[in-house]
Amino acid sequence: MTITDDGFIATRRLILQGALTVALVGLGEIPFSLAPALAAANDKYPEDAFKQKAEADAIKSLYGRTAEPSDKVKLDAPEIAENGAVVPISVSTTLADVTSISFLVADNPNALAASYQIPPGTMPSIANRLKMAKTSNVTAIVEAGGKLYSATKEVKVTVGGCGG
Amino acid sequence: MRSAIPPASAALALAALALAALAFAAPRPAVAADTPDPVADAAAFQKYFTNKFPKLKLEDFVNGPYSLNEDMHRQWVEKEEFPPYDFSLDLGKEMFAKPFKNGKSYADCFPNQGIGIRQNYPYFDAKEGKVVTLELALNRCREANGEPPFSYVKDEMAALTAYMAFTSRGKPFDIKIPNDPRALAAYQNGKRYFYTRRGQLNFSCASCHVQSPGQRIRAEILAPALGILNAMPIYRSEWGGMGTISRRFISCNSQTRAVPLDPQADEYRDLEYYLSYVSNGLPISGPGARP
Amino acid sequence: MASTIRVRATSTGDITEVQALIQHPMDSGFVKDAKGAIIPPHFIQQVTFEHDGKNVFVADWGTAVSKDPYVKFSFKGGKKDDELKISWVDNKGASDTTTAKIQ
Repeated sequence: MTITDDGFIATRRLILQGALTVALVGLGEIPFSLAPALAAANDKYPEDAFKQKAEADAIKSLYGRTAEPSDKVKLDAPEIAENGAVVPISVSTTLADVTSISFLVADNPNALAASYQIPPGTMPSIANRLKMAKTSNVTAIVEAGGKLYSATKEVKVTVGGCGG
Repeated sequence: MRSAIPPASAALALAALALAALAFAAPRPAVAADTPDPVADAAAFQKYFTNKFPKLKLEDFVNGPYSLNEDMHRQWVEKEEFPPYDFSLDLGKEMFAKPFKNGKSYADCFPNQGIGIRQNYPYFDAKEGKVVTLELALNRCREANGEPPFSYVKDEMAALTAYMAFTSRGKPFDIKIPNDPRALAAYQNGKRYFYTRRGQLNFSCASCHVQSPGQRIRAEILAPALGILNAMPIYRSEWGGMGTISRRFISCNSQTRAVPLDPQADEYRDLEYYLSYVSNGLPISGPGARP
Repeated sequence: MASTIRVRATSTGDITEVQALIQHPMDSGFVKDAKGAIIPPHFIQQVTFEHDGKNVFVADWGTAVSKDPYVKFSFKGGKKDDELKISWVDNKGASDTTTAKIQ
């Protein structure tokens, strides 16, 4: 067991079935329960990255480096989201040796929305549905061959996805 | 009055005048709008929309705003790949099959065991003298079998109507108005409700859904009134869940700052009757998804 | 009770396309209820997709993933009638798992 920066005592790894749940200590602003429930060896949940507010900090926490825009990353997102609660966003890329793909919404309370691990043999193409609090840039990050590439698109939101 | 008209002609003229007066005094439809002609209404209604959106096929209207905006259409197609109403639909199928405590089931209350009949609702019930909607029929079925009724606006009713709509997918609306003055009156009542302005914003249903489909009210794209019930019940992103026809009528009233009626109030039943009838021929597509 | 996980896995040639729709509130912790109290965060943190004993896809999710979350991806090496195992875990420690056959 380790004590985290927030003064928590939290387990880092939990067994998938019959997981131990660590009691949540209310911490004001932080919206996350710090009862991480994790799976096998390499699949550590990037808790810290999800806590970051700013996009740059989230990327740094997740990958430890910065991304360069690439036209080989194709980000598909609507011009105007029909509703900020359900925005269909997908990405595909022709880059080789992709190991990870992440989606960030810059103006969300926490920029990182989702991060996907791509083992060898899995195609670098993902579709998902995300929440957007308001009009914002949406960025897809592709980790390929050890480097980071990105594509960004602005998606307008007229009704907030967070209850606004 | 001084005249040179011979008395016989005068008498004739007077008689003619009297007859004419009688004819005019008798109750007769003075204006076309007072004579219910649902067949003509439906034809005119559909023609209005197909003229307004010449690129759309008739069946496209059941998808509401998604057929009127390319950006929204793409988002809808993506959602339909694995639709958000799937869970409600599965629940509805389960619920429909489960017998009541007395051993009977929904199938016993409906023609054809309740399968593939949604397109016939609402119908005019001659015995009751009123319009009966599918939601109403479902709750009556429950009550007749000793079960408590469901809320008209919430999940169980949405799940059941989702399943029943699903079994009718593709079937065209086939609403009948029998040769009964009460049925015609109900139809007219629904039509009148649709076109009457009300509430603080002084909107009628037609203000948005006939005058302005495809345009925005604040940030939402408005659906055309033609086919507007075909996709019901709907999973709305806005609600984060399912809603029935009752829910939509009530929320529409609230949103236009009019007083919402009780679910299955007479006006709502008649409104559903009218709206369904003028969409006769368009396919049932429910359950559906909306922004 | 039925599984919260709906899966469609179809293989065409060497590629299997997987779509999953999971029933879960994905509460962000930013929304208030009718009484004005914050609805606490309740969201899936990780979803694993396993084929032939190996993870073919792992999704790490935060609160910005939509309610009743959906994801689609494809992988090589699966074939018809193979089994695909999908499991999720949320921030409250709850979990669910299901197995689906590739069509």
